[in-house]
Amino acid sequence: MDLMEYQAKELFAKHGVATTLGVVVETAEDAKAAAEQIGGVTVIKAQVKAGGRGKAGGVKLAKTADEAFEHASNILGMEIKGLRVNRVLVTPATPPVEEYYFSFLLDRSNRQYLCIASVEGGVEIEEVAKTNPDAVKQIGIDPGKGVDAAKAREIATEAKFPEAVFEQAVEMIQALYKTFVEEDATLVEVNPLARLEGDRLEALDGKVSLDENASEVRHPDHAAFEIREEADPLEAKAKDLGLNYVKLDGQVGIIGNGAGLVMSTLDVVAYAGENHGGVKPANFLDIGGGANAQVMANGLDVILNDEQVKSVFVNVFGGITACDEVANGIKGALEILGDNATKPLVVRLDGNNVELGRQILNELNHPLVTVVDTMDGGADKAAELANA
Amino acid sequence: MSIYLNKDSKIIVQGITGGMGAKHTALMVDSGAQIVGGVNARKAGTTVTHKDHDGNDVELPVFATVAEAMAATGADVSVAFVPPAFTKDACIEAIDAEIPLLVVITEGVPVQDTAEVWSYLQGKKTRMIGPNCPGIITPGESLAGITPHTITGKGPVGLVSKSGTLTYQMMYELKDFGFSTAIGIGGDPIVGTTHIDALQAFQDDPETEVIVMIGEIGGDAEERAAAYIKDNITKPVVGYVAGFTAPEGKTMGHAGAIVSGSAGTAAAKKEALEAVGVKVGKTPSETAALAREILNAR
Repeated sequence: MDLMEYQAKELFAKHGVATTLGVVVETAEDAKAAAEQIGGVTVIKAQVKAGGRGKAGGVKLAKTADEAFEHASNILGMEIKGLRVNRVLVTPATPPVEEYYFSFLLDRSNRQYLCIASVEGGVEIEEVAKTNPDAVKQIGIDPGKGVDAAKAREIATEAKFPEAVFEQAVEMIQALYKTFVEEDATLVEVNPLARLEGDRLEALDGKVSLDENASEVRHPDHAAFEIREEADPLEAKAKDLGLNYVKLDGQVGIIGNGAGLVMSTLDVVAYAGENHGGVKPANFLDIGGGANAQVMANGLDVILNDEQVKSVFVNVFGGITACDEVANGIKGALEILGDNATKPLVVRLDGNNVELGRQILNELNHPLVTVVDTMDGGADKAAELANA
Repeated sequence: MSIYLNKDSKIIVQGITGGMGAKHTALMVDSGAQIVGGVNARKAGTTVTHKDHDGNDVELPVFATVAEAMAATGADVSVAFVPPAFTKDACIEAIDAEIPLLVVITEGVPVQDTAEVWSYLQGKKTRMIGPNCPGIITPGESLAGITPHTITGKGPVGLVSKSGTLTYQMMYELKDFGFSTAIGIGGDPIVGTTHIDALQAFQDDPETEVIVMIGEIGGDAEERAAAYIKDNITKPVVGYVAGFTAPEGKTMGHAGAIVSGSAGTAAAKKEALEAVGVKVGKTPSETAALAREILNAR
């Protein structure tokens, strides 16, 4: 789960990373009031989970509270990379003397953590990485050893933090690592890490991604970072039902078992769609191994509520769960849904007891259900029906 | 022959008394694998009973620790079905006991726990498979995990896959040929055994004649495997990559299955594999057909 800037800064503050929280508001009036309260020059910053907010016009300096009102009016409701801005962060303007870059992240390739630091560029870090890669230091972190004061000192030395802020950098590195580990993040990024007047180091911006597995296991407080009303309504509904669902922009609803098989099903449907007016998969939905009637009904319920969906492709491989159980699950789901099942279902079953499974569905003889033999054939049929 | 697991493998189950553990212990016993006991500190000294394929009762002792279980049974494989919150401790216990092969089925393990386990494992005697994987099967010989043992039998195909159901699907598509070993390495961002490890093991296994490698979006494991194949693998490799239609920034079921920016796309992985001569199928059935072609030309 990616956090917004103000949420990241809340975690920074919790773990002792120097930052200024500011005030999060949802209306221009409140932005004005916040600017008045803060006093002096303020920055109005769009809060969305996307980079390039400044370039998109989502970050503005306000000399007065009236200007804060004006900027907030413009920024609220704007779209940045397809995301609507529903709140802005009002913070005191603290012009940096220098800008640095710092992050800790999960390094999948090397199965460890990685620290990336540069004192030669904050927001333009990607440019620096291209033109002067030596200025961007990458330091591997052994997850078993972590970052203590000595390691933090080593990092600060390697990254060449200036004398005047060196000790602050050592402290901040440890606090950021604490944030990374104690919150189970996969990314903690400060960009820019600013050297302010008076040689104060401060995280002016923050980006944090949390590991959802860890949030589930040991961080119940992380649920508060999810802003329900901004989630896709179907995704929110699926989540409530305990389903692994991702909404996409297409016409063929997909249900399958196992993440890999479902991903593969989306691809096969997209290929089939090329022959049927360009229809595409409407969603990712993995109902897992069990595939009993209630889970199947819940899955169909979510998908049939997607107005874009014209047909549904149920693609199940009976491994542990035999195909006759899956077929009975589909039968039960159709009974549970009754008249709410309105769109054609193409069902492909393979694996254990496949003959029995197909027989159950053939005997059911439901007007909406077409039973097919292969995954490719099912994708083609579902695409054809979605294009009808 | 096979890789990592064979008819002599003696398997214990960490979490043998839990729901998942009990269900799959029963299936492993039914498959004919040598399941010799289990671990649950609170139920040490008791036994659990499952039926083998002929309907005979198999009584399995429950031990307090992996080390005790190994000492009493001679086990050399542990399959872990413990809840995600306790998986790290279970792994460290097994590593400390020097179990040669540890198969972690559990889904939902915090990735920093896996990172710590991986760090702890360095220089130790254990090979870890998973977490978040279906485990490993050497058809007709042994099963350490949840792969259905009824799909197919022994044969010349070696399979390594990030996905469980795609493993089953591919075994089913090529069931008339059979498999030396099929290993699901798991869909998490960090796993103990990689495509590269399995590719080398299949290369060294005289029984494996064709290798099928299944990848999916996220990370760069497939790209690294491609580079490895170029320099080290002489057996024919057929590939498949799932997730061409996955949008950027969305996790597709598996914790590791996410396209970040332009990194980790299925297209890039397919390209990398094809660049080193791996035939990559567009769909599972096309991939099976490519493997079939090679198998028929032997």
